[in-house]
Amino acid sequence: MKSIYKIAILIVAVVIVAAGVFNYHFSQATQTTPSSPSATPTPTPTPNPSPTPAPTPTPTPNPSPTPAPTPTPTPTPAQGVALNGAGATFPFPLIDKWAAEYNKIKPNVLVNYQGIGSGGGIQQHTEKTVHFAASDAPLTAAQAEKAPNTLHIPITIGGVVPIYNIPDIPKGLKFTGEILAGIYLGEITKWNDPKIVAVNPGISLPNQQIVVVHRSDGSGTTFIWTSYLSNISPKWKETVGRGTSVNWPVGLGGKGNDGVAALVKQTPYSIGYVEFTYAKKNNLAYGYVQNAAGEFIEPSIESFAKAADYAAVTLPRGDESWSKVSIVDSLAGNTQAKGAYPITSFSYILVYKELNVLPNMDEASARTLVEFLWWAIHDGQNYASDLYYVPLPSSVVKHNEATIRMITYNGQQLHK
Amino acid sequence: MESSRKISLFNHKLNTKHFSHFKWQINGDNIFKLVGALFASSILLLLGLMIYELIKGSWLSIQTFGLDFILGTKWDPAISRVFGALPLILGTVVTSAIALLIAVPISLGIGLALSEYVPKKFGFAISFLVELLAAVPSVIYGLWGIFVLIPFLRDHVYSHLQTLFGFIPIFSGPIYGGGVLTGGIVLAIMIIPTVSAVMRDLFSVVPTSQREAMIALGATKWETAKTVISYARSGVIGAIILGLGRAIGETMAVTMVIGNKFQVWPSSLFDAWYTMSAIIANELLEATYDLYVSALMNVALVLLFVTLVINILSRLIVWRTLRLVRGMAKE
Repeated sequence: MKSIYKIAILIVAVVIVAAGVFNYHFSQATQTTPSSPSATPTPTPTPNPSPTPAPTPTPTPNPSPTPAPTPTPTPTPAQGVALNGAGATFPFPLIDKWAAEYNKIKPNVLVNYQGIGSGGGIQQHTEKTVHFAASDAPLTAAQAEKAPNTLHIPITIGGVVPIYNIPDIPKGLKFTGEILAGIYLGEITKWNDPKIVAVNPGISLPNQQIVVVHRSDGSGTTFIWTSYLSNISPKWKETVGRGTSVNWPVGLGGKGNDGVAALVKQTPYSIGYVEFTYAKKNNLAYGYVQNAAGEFIEPSIESFAKAADYAAVTLPRGDESWSKVSIVDSLAGNTQAKGAYPITSFSYILVYKELNVLPNMDEASARTLVEFLWWAIHDGQNYASDLYYVPLPSSVVKHNEATIRMITYNGQQLHK
Repeated sequence: MESSRKISLFNHKLNTKHFSHFKWQINGDNIFKLVGALFASSILLLLGLMIYELIKGSWLSIQTFGLDFILGTKWDPAISRVFGALPLILGTVVTSAIALLIAVPISLGIGLALSEYVPKKFGFAISFLVELLAAVPSVIYGLWGIFVLIPFLRDHVYSHLQTLFGFIPIFSGPIYGGGVLTGGIVLAIMIIPTVSAVMRDLFSVVPTSQREAMIALGATKWETAKTVISYARSGVIGAIILGLGRAIGETMAVTMVIGNKFQVWPSSLFDAWYTMSAIIANELLEATYDLYVSALMNVALVLLFVTLVINILSRLIVWRTLRLVRGMAKE
């Protein structure tokens, strides 16, 4: 019988040692994994459409007859560079499209982007495990403290729109901020509430209970929506506040933009909010929202771009604190912002100003990253509209150019 | 007196002899024993690590809220940053209980039918299909719940329930489609395969002599079936708790149909609610500060604890019954 105890003790000892070894290796591995030197670039069969012939000739490293002059194992661009990014799900389709298109132009560059959520992206950025991160919200002061010298580069613009399902009423129901706050606070409960009727003359609204739908998961969409309601309604600001998830006074929660869209589609007399893309894709009726100038604005790529244009005037420098940046906030009191849709927001890429702080970054990768970012804010914007993203207005592109010029590697400016 | 001493001496000798012969030899048998034990203990190690990590992750929340976390009724990540999980715990337990109310009679029927009534040939087909249901991924149940079950229940079931029983508070109030009852129904569908499979196994190990005796006494088939149930009753309870364990841990399908509304108690069966696993799945990705993440970890810890206790309980009961019944059968 006792032999079994002996074996048991031995096993436990072995397991502990194995766990220790594993842990050690793992901690080593996390510091070096993302470099993935064997990134095999997929040679695309399409003829290379790039205007500038890529300086790096072949996607496959041919065994050259001349011996390689550099004995260092650091990957050079010719061997292929993998850029790893992670973060918000909202810009994922766009960044993914960029990755594919950029790979056609520069077959040796492979961009991997994982849509794990803004929170996860910021965390990985702070832990320096990715080359770039994406977030729907700028870093808060506390987050910026943990990841000093982070640059914010707005890459696209999103708009959050109220969607509703009232039989026989198509898109275009008008909402003021006060009405939306009232509905989401549970103070306006019927569709034929006098406040709604007052701004929608000529539309016969039903005497039906409003079914409120919100996001159940934490999301940048919710952050934008609650920011808007906080600006409009002091009561909202005090009792609910703004955040990626909040303590909702009323309503059902749907998971993701898709979940909210599905719930609204399934539930008569409901109201919800989604990214504009999802309203379009699901053919949902969406409302017009009043801006500070007093106009009811139809959500559209143009009205979002206009909103970004007004906000661009006040943007801080790329390396300053962006924690206060919000198109929603800057439009809140701006009675001059004609034609701007008020619930609009930037989506950002976050990179370090000095790229050598990343343990898995070499100069070649840094240069590639900067080239990719430069391409993304210029040529990359052409792919935005097809995917219902809003191309950056030229004012913001100019701002970004200055920001990208700040990026350095070992103190050396990478883009001139 | 003397003989007993002799025996003990003999025993002692045997032990030392056994020890002196024990030697580590590198042979296939020992290596196999070691490797097998290693694999087996990896499960324990995994569980231990999981508990350790969860406690480590939720330490901040445990320090900040202590017991108030379990008794608190407020979940406010935006302004006051106070987290309390009582509504989640209640939501989890109540939806699981509703699922059991629906699933247990059905599973009992399936188990009995398969062991007592249905001819073997069909029995195989039916039990195969029932087990196939267990293999359907839960997100598919969720999608089916949103697009098929919710509209159907809202338009054809709940509205009638309300007109018939609307005077009872739990059947009053607005009907959204999704909600507590819908969550319970989806959960019930998901646990029926597990529960009914265990019940079938339990009923089929009830000795034939029991049935023969009942029939010899002139009992009807139904009376015989009742004896079979009562013979395996503690095992049946175990099977039910096993289903409860599964229902409590279920995430995706429930998240998609329950409505995700954080409140202590819903106004009716049609109202929305929230569960522990659902809030983790929903909020962890965008939890933006340490205390928030820690609070979600704390929810996970509570959930793990509840499911562990329930699963251990059910396993013990099922094992005991199986052993008891088999032991009796041998006699």
